Amino acid sequence: MSETSLTGSHTRTPLALRFPSVLIFLAVLGLFTLGVTILSEGFGIGVISTSFVKTLGKTLCLCLVALAMDLVWGYCGILSLGHMAFFGLGGYAIGMWLMYERTRLIVVDSLVASELPPTAQEISDGIATQIFGVVGASEFPPVWAFAHSLPIQLAFVVLIPGLFALIFGWLAFRSRVTGVYLSILTQAMTLALSLYLFQNDSGLRGNNGLSGLQNLPSLDAVPQATVSLWFFWGSAFALGAGYLLCAWIVSGKFGSVIRAIRDDEARVRFLGYPVDAFKLFIFTLTAVIAGIAGALYYPQAGIINPTEIAPIASIYLAVWVAIGGRGRLYGAVIGAAFVSLLSTWFTGGQAPDINLGFYTIQWVNWWTVLLGLSFVAVTLFAPKGLGGLVDLIVDRTSPNRHGADLGPDPGALREKEAEK
Amino acid sequence: MLNILRLLTFALAVAAPASAQQADAPIQKVLQEHGDIISKSSRRTIGPAIDALADSGLPAAREVLNRWQAKQMWRNEETGLYVFAEEVDSDTLRIFDVADGMEIGTAPDDDYDQLKPNSGIRGMIGAALVRFQLTDPDPAMRLQALETIARDAEAAHLQTLRGAIETEQDKAIAAAMVRLERLLTIQFAEDDADRIKAIESFAGDLGVDVRATLNPLVRTRLETADAVPETKDVARVLSPASDALPREDAYDLLVSADLAKPRISREDKRAALVANLENGAVAGVQVATLDTEAARDIAYAVLAQQGKVEPVATEAEIDATLDKFVFFERYIAAPPAVALAAASALKSIENKVAVNQGLDLGLDALSLASIYFLAAIGLAITFGVMRVINMAHGEFIMMGAYTGYVVQQIVPDYTLSIIIALPLAFAVTFGAGVAMERLVIRWLYHRPLETLLATFGISIALQQIAKNIFGTQARPLTSPDWLDGSLIINDIVSISYIRIAIFVLALLFLGLILLVMNRTRLGLEVRAVTQNPRMAASMGINPDRINMLTFGFGSGIAGIAGVAIGLYAKVTSEMGSDYIVQSFMTVVVGGVGNIWGTLLGATLVGTLQKGIEFLNPSNTLAAQTYMILFIILFIQFRPRGIIALKGRAAEA
Repeated sequence: MSETSLTGSHTRTPLALRFPSVLIFLAVLGLFTLGVTILSEGFGIGVISTSFVKTLGKTLCLCLVALAMDLVWGYCGILSLGHMAFFGLGGYAIGMWLMYERTRLIVVDSLVASELPPTAQEISDGIATQIFGVVGASEFPPVWAFAHSLPIQLAFVVLIPGLFALIFGWLAFRSRVTGVYLSILTQAMTLALSLYLFQNDSGLRGNNGLSGLQNLPSLDAVPQATVSLWFFWGSAFALGAGYLLCAWIVSGKFGSVIRAIRDDEARVRFLGYPVDAFKLFIFTLTAVIAGIAGALYYPQAGIINPTEIAPIASIYLAVWVAIGGRGRLYGAVIGAAFVSLLSTWFTGGQAPDINLGFYTIQWVNWWTVLLGLSFVAVTLFAPKGLGGLVDLIVDRTSPNRHGADLGPDPGALREKEAEK
Repeated sequence: MLNILRLLTFALAVAAPASAQQADAPIQKVLQEHGDIISKSSRRTIGPAIDALADSGLPAAREVLNRWQAKQMWRNEETGLYVFAEEVDSDTLRIFDVADGMEIGTAPDDDYDQLKPNSGIRGMIGAALVRFQLTDPDPAMRLQALETIARDAEAAHLQTLRGAIETEQDKAIAAAMVRLERLLTIQFAEDDADRIKAIESFAGDLGVDVRATLNPLVRTRLETADAVPETKDVARVLSPASDALPREDAYDLLVSADLAKPRISREDKRAALVANLENGAVAGVQVATLDTEAARDIAYAVLAQQGKVEPVATEAEIDATLDKFVFFERYIAAPPAVALAAASALKSIENKVAVNQGLDLGLDALSLASIYFLAAIGLAITFGVMRVINMAHGEFIMMGAYTGYVVQQIVPDYTLSIIIALPLAFAVTFGAGVAMERLVIRWLYHRPLETLLATFGISIALQQIAKNIFGTQARPLTSPDWLDGSLIINDIVSISYIRIAIFVLALLFLGLILLVMNRTRLGLEVRAVTQNPRMAASMGINPDRINMLTFGFGSGIAGIAGVAIGLYAKVTSEMGSDYIVQSFMTVVVGGVGNIWGTLLGATLVGTLQKGIEFLNPSNTLAAQTYMILFIILFIQFRPRGIIALKGRAAEA
């Protein structure tokens, strides 16, 4: 971007060299993965318990979805309050296959002992009764038509959130719904989706959700310690790949355009850029990333239900990104990891209670209050979030002259310097 | 003197039992006439005796029936005369004359047999008594008699009732009698023309009793034949495999009429195959191949040929058989003409019921709309006028409701506590709103997205604090007695007073806000500051103060709305978040910056939700889902809402 020459004969510097943060991030992620593997029960010396490996794996998935959120909000200026819904949709897509396949194995097992070999219909009825008995149904709803096929459900992990975002985004962007209106609209979409899933006849087991996802079908012999590491590696790989993809997207001319849309949409439109198409692309792409993150997250969590999709989840996602520092990719990752781990620590009852004499502050109850207030404080006093701390160091050494690093409001670094 | 008295008493005591009994009183005669069947006391034969008593027209008949029903009739074993008697002690009776109820004296109970009518007979006596009650001087008694008849009517009541109508003076009771007479006519009249006339007179009547009377008349039986008969009593023709007549049911009907071979369920077939399992094969077919229904059908057919199981119809045979027959419903409870008249009357009643249900739905929608309006009206000020996104608005509603709850804990009188709670809730949330504006929002006036985030932070903090203080369980906010119950317009349309109160409150707020915004100095300054703060400031208005007051005003209204909503729903820490999305939708749909728009938005959202709920009553979640989808689509076509601001105000 910096050395574009009109002759067209230039060679581009590799991405990682232009943005050292990418290289540093990948190195840290790799070391972290290696470290956890060595310390784990599955392949290492057993310092870290399996459940903690799962927590770390889940955190990596949350970092991935935060990355997506940062791309759509921090870079493109669309404050979407629906990305956790896409995350949940991805989880549901994979969860349907996991649940179907595992139940099928159980049903087939139980029917083997019977006098006559079971017909396909009997097996299907048996699975349906097992899965849907809890909501009083015994037939497969149409949405489960492809649940037997892993490739199709894997495709759905990408396609369903993607299509959903494509349609919703197309409707919203073409009618020029922007800013807070778009946020409220995405929140309404999320609410509608979660309310729909809460119904028993939605075909996805209502508020029971899908459960038992941590047991991989026909891999019962493999201990959870190993499975958890597989998913940990998968999540780490996905996060690394997602980071590279996002860094690549925001690095080039495309990245400049979407940042420009964030800063002044009307101006970009008048310059002749198809703003709607750019926004739609980013919105859909991030929905797909969120879906993939969800598909990796829920097999580790073991259960998915509509509460996970409720609007508040997406709000927390925004909180993570804001605390970490939006408009920079590593900020989102830091924020998601920091806040979600801290949240686990506080709500898990591990934080020491504070005795004030007249009242004991139990963090299980007061953590949300602290989170909410610190979020207000970050918004008011530190719009750059935790990532802003990095600036303190970097600013001292050499100013980055590549345009646009950038908290949302003060504008580009160049403008800031011009103001000086 | 004493001796004379003693003598007299003795003479009376000896003479009384025999001399006072009026053996030839008319009522005694009637009783004697039916003495045998009365003593036999059998439900099947007692009818004539009761009828004779009731029809005798004697003034004493009613008392006799009453006593008989109460098991206070005894019969002298020697003379066979009937008396009323009360047990003085276990051996002695005090006896009275049946003719005039005069005391005759006491007698040992060995001489008398008690009449012990069983419950069946007592019921018959009760029915006979009704006619006396219908002409009782006490109106309450007559009404009670009407109720008795309505509860379990008999053919005999019809005549009685017709007689009573003629003498009835009280207009209300006469009307009730006429109505009941027509209902009885429908059920019991001999002449079909009378019945039809009575049925037609009820067309469009909403009473539940009418429907209860008419419904049995149109009862039908499903029948089958080669062709539809040309008689009039065919209610409708059904085709098999429709919703009204599932294919299996139709075929089962044929089977039960011996018109077709039985069919067999999958489970039974499987069981039959298992029962005939021999050496790993069924009828020569290897078990391992029996994993499709087709293979099982073949195996079963082979078994049937061998005579080991009953032959059953295959699916193709079932279809072929069903094609050969027609299915229809036949009226069985009444002659065709009556049944048809009843059906058409029911149809007209249904139409009227539908209209009234629509009306009821409209009232429901209106009251839901007023709740949404109340929840959203504070937002119409903070978001609509000031363009501040306050995601903690729902929590202000919750704070108002909890204020009401706390007041009720301190002030036990419900009316008084509501009167205190309303202004107090306003004060509390006004204070909270002003504090929030001063501390947070004023730093973020030109960064709407960050306002949204910061207020989110406040919202989750407030929600958790409420949870920590009041716990997670729902707290009641009890409405005063005079708001209990509902306004009943007819059997279908009714609305509870609390909803009316909320509606009135919503209208009051609409008026108040319009007044404040359009007619007061504050409103003028608010509009000035919203349009151009710098210009307003140079005109001597203090924008900071105005912003603070406006925000406080909007928040305070949310507090009052909280009390109202708390009366209607339970108070929980999450009640605010239940309304926040809908409230924003209401404001956006209506048109930001316009209070009339909010009213329209609330009406649209409320009507829509109730309408969808009506189409799918079992599922309010689905109603909300579809409503939100509709709103998302609606915003496609009118992004600025129903009432869109034009000109400069729209750019602000």
